[in-house]
Amino acid sequence: MIYDIKLRLSYAYSGKAAAGRHLACLMPREIAGEQRLVAGLIEIEPRPDERFDRQDFYGNRAVEFALRSAHAGIAVTLQARVERSEAKLAQPASPTLAGLFAELVDVRDLGPESPVHYLAPSPLVPGHAAMTAFGRAQLRPGMATADAVQAISHALYEEMAFDPRATTVDTPAAEAFEKRHGVCQDFSHILIACLRGVGIPSAYVSGFLRTLPPPGKPRLEGADAMHAWVRAWCGSAVGWIEVDPTNDCRAGTDHIIVARGRDYSEVAPIKGVMRVAGEQTIRQAVDVLPVG
Amino acid sequence: MAGSPKTQAGKQRLLKSYRALPGVPDELVDGAGAMRPVWAGLIDHLSGLTPAEILRDFARGDQHLADAGVFFRQFGDTSLGGRDWPFSPVPVLLGEPEWREIEAGLIQRAELLEKVVADLYGDNRLVAEGHLPASLIAQTPEWLRPMVGVRPRSGHFLHFVAFEIGRGPDGGWWVLSDRTDTPSGAGFALENRVATTKVFPELYQKTNVHRLAGFFRDFRDALDRLRRDPTSRVGILTPGPLTDTYYEQAYIARYLGMSLLEGADLTVEDGQLKLRTVQGLTPLDVLWRRMDGVWADPLELRGDSRLGTPGLMAAIRQGQVTMVNALGVGVLECQALMAFLPAISVALTGQKLRLPNVATWWCGQPSELAHVRNHCNRMMIGPALSTRMPFETPDRHAIGGQMRGGEGDDPDLHDWLTENADGLVGKELVTLSTTPVHEGGALVPRPMTIRVFLARTAKGWQAMPGGFARVGASPDPDAVSMRNGGSVADVWVIGDGPVEAVSLVAPASAQFLRAQSGPLPSRAADNLFWLGRYVERTEGLLRLVRAYNSRLSESATAPLVQSLRNQMKSYYIDPDEPLPQGLLSTLDSAVFAASQIRDRFSVDGWAALTDMQKSMTRIARTTKAGNDSALVMSVMLRKIAGFSGLVHENMFRAVGWQFLTVGRSLERAAMMTDLLAEVSDRKAPDGSLDLAIEIGDSTMTHRQRYSVVTSRETVVDLLALDEANPRSVRFHLDNIRARVDALASLHAPGQMTEFERQVLALQTQFMLHSVTTLDQKALRAARQSILRLSDALNTAFLH
Repeated sequence: MIYDIKLRLSYAYSGKAAAGRHLACLMPREIAGEQRLVAGLIEIEPRPDERFDRQDFYGNRAVEFALRSAHAGIAVTLQARVERSEAKLAQPASPTLAGLFAELVDVRDLGPESPVHYLAPSPLVPGHAAMTAFGRAQLRPGMATADAVQAISHALYEEMAFDPRATTVDTPAAEAFEKRHGVCQDFSHILIACLRGVGIPSAYVSGFLRTLPPPGKPRLEGADAMHAWVRAWCGSAVGWIEVDPTNDCRAGTDHIIVARGRDYSEVAPIKGVMRVAGEQTIRQAVDVLPVG
Repeated sequence: MAGSPKTQAGKQRLLKSYRALPGVPDELVDGAGAMRPVWAGLIDHLSGLTPAEILRDFARGDQHLADAGVFFRQFGDTSLGGRDWPFSPVPVLLGEPEWREIEAGLIQRAELLEKVVADLYGDNRLVAEGHLPASLIAQTPEWLRPMVGVRPRSGHFLHFVAFEIGRGPDGGWWVLSDRTDTPSGAGFALENRVATTKVFPELYQKTNVHRLAGFFRDFRDALDRLRRDPTSRVGILTPGPLTDTYYEQAYIARYLGMSLLEGADLTVEDGQLKLRTVQGLTPLDVLWRRMDGVWADPLELRGDSRLGTPGLMAAIRQGQVTMVNALGVGVLECQALMAFLPAISVALTGQKLRLPNVATWWCGQPSELAHVRNHCNRMMIGPALSTRMPFETPDRHAIGGQMRGGEGDDPDLHDWLTENADGLVGKELVTLSTTPVHEGGALVPRPMTIRVFLARTAKGWQAMPGGFARVGASPDPDAVSMRNGGSVADVWVIGDGPVEAVSLVAPASAQFLRAQSGPLPSRAADNLFWLGRYVERTEGLLRLVRAYNSRLSESATAPLVQSLRNQMKSYYIDPDEPLPQGLLSTLDSAVFAASQIRDRFSVDGWAALTDMQKSMTRIARTTKAGNDSALVMSVMLRKIAGFSGLVHENMFRAVGWQFLTVGRSLERAAMMTDLLAEVSDRKAPDGSLDLAIEIGDSTMTHRQRYSVVTSRETVVDLLALDEANPRSVRFHLDNIRARVDALASLHAPGQMTEFERQVLALQTQFMLHSVTTLDQKALRAARQSILRLSDALNTAFLH
């Protein structure tokens, strides 16, 4: 499946910012066998005084840019064409949780794909007893890890209400969980906390959803903005699987991957310190259209 | 040594109850109770003094520290409430041969730590070969992912480290903790040394005590050599005045002649680190970092950091900055790492550690967990990823099997271990050696640890010959007893022969190192400017409050008194408060501005300012309206004059002084035009003119100068137009003009700033005014123009 993606993110400040330095993490990744970036372009307004591309620890592509003169806001536009293929379905059975723990102890790798990064608390997913308990409650004796991931994700989907007005980008996952509502960012952080709580390494994935569903399929939640889902490690034989707790499905060809990290704080679409007083208004417009 | 009968009696008194504790090595006496030879000189010296003389000498050390404004806190540990650690004048004495052993062991450790951290951000061989568990490193918050793959420009991650060491039961030394991220305490060690030399001036001279100055000189030279741009200065990066070791950072900065910089002083342009100065952005490429790594760049590290500099990581990645130490070395402080270092040493270098560290087991491994569980009565158990010993954290920990700390009910120890194995570490309970402290006229043994500092210099790693000793409050030799507080002491390394005589001049009065003068950071200039303004406003307000209160007894309803009330209110001063809160807050603002620039500010100036703040706060409640208040104001005026005198007499006429002076003159000119505009009113109450002369402190001059009666003309002439009267508006505009000429060199020639333009116009205007043209309207307009200079100055210099 080939998609044309268009995203415009704009930040309007109520006052003027004297200067700014930002990281934009928007460009879809190259993933061997799953996703190919055919073409991609990021434009920034006003024109930055400095701009360069680089990769972060996880292999995500980021644009760092700086504005040195006063400005009333910024707008970042992404245009990309991406070819997405079905991930090769992992056939082998995943180990039980006990088997998974035994494998983890022997991991001797600190590279970005290593599961060891995704088990401990991270800035936006601190350990949380209630979420751990929720995760545990979904487990059955002898359950395979991949099944456990699906079961917890499904239970969360049943338990939580999708509500774009209930939370903001700054709402802590614990609060969203307590009130049982939120958006894809909340669903993903909560699922990550549940999975890490029971000992399954899990990562945060940011990306896009196709805007209109294939004929006969329901429209997915989260298609009108950037989306987020979860990647869980199911042992070295199976590797990583990706699940979308907001839509209770496996992340497949409808999901375009931009970035992976331990949580949102590492893959936020725009990071940066704005030396500005007062409020800012954020607008986001996304179009993801299949072109063949 | 036989000594005189007096000395014998003194020795008897000092040592009568001094016994080493059973099974605990002591620094002063050996197992048989005989004094170790290295102590003989000090004990003889003390024995020759009467108890009163000892107290008198010891008081000199405390006096020095109080004068210098030193306050000790337990390093970086705010959980214990920032307790002050008093100074114990009896130093810890170590002989040179033993010291060389310690030094060699710590240098070996520093070299090992360099290899470990280079591997953790490089090839990851230690993890791949099973010497370190991957999950342990991945969990440690101080392992900074953005640093992975970065090779420091200097070739080294570590340049300055500290180790906390103690002497174990077998008499050998061991390492209690590694301090690599932002080691603190070297400045305190220096201050302790100055204090002990005040206590023992002659003894210090004739004893072969290794001096500390050479260490700092070599380190300073090493930092200078790390610069790529020889015109740039080395900066010390501080988290700011709220950090608990800020005093020490400012002290070291003054001592070494370096700038103390906050993250906001710096910016990154095209990958280059730049300092915001009054001369614009100037390059900077070496930073001695006292800010924890995770806060250094909000863009790539902790996003909630308001302390850091966005883009710093990018500059580091591009090899444009040397950080001392590199970001990410905090991973070496992780408590669990000690479990693996002994084996890593053998694996990487083929050598065993010359100084062992406290035996440590990471509970994230099944057999280690079992060991900790089975020996929990002889262990302290606490957070594995912490950079602090278990008993130094507020988090849940266990000591000898007893649960402590944390929130809520104590869980069962074994359940706790099972639930949190990954996050826990067990460490052998350690006992320390004891060293003498002076209590109740005699010496008593108390447990102690020493912090030792190492710097990478041209000669390789070099240890500061001495250190910073923490001495326990009770005889309990368990290391954990240190959390109950105690005192700090100097450490003397006694040479076998004469030592290199590098003199350590008290830095309060002079710097022994050559001073570098570089461009003034904009933030420092801003704070100096506002310090000038706030001090001057405080003075003006003191005069206003005094004038009001001294007239109160005459007639509280007189029109003049009412007019004074209105003027006070326009400065947010409540006339009904005998010592108004508004006055105190103005002084607080002055102190706050000064606190931001303590590295550039004389110790005496700071003491004068805070002394005044303390006195005012103390008497605020008891001061009564009327004459009592007027008297208090007079006392305070004398104190503030003391401060001004210090600034005038002692402050080097560098760029910073120009900003301070502009601030003072601006404020004084603005207040004076305000006052003159008030009394120039045709309807101004009787006595207004005399009031202006009184507040303008010009009564005598006026009487001598003008034989006629006081009139608006004579007052305006004296207080606005007279260029020789240091209270007049003209005098201060002239002064600002002179400063402008001095500051003009900071800009490219021929480019007049808006600030210069405004100053020139205003000063010329005043030169042309006469008492008739300078009426109330003109005075009001002049006041507005004067206040606008503040913004123009800001735009011109404070980037």
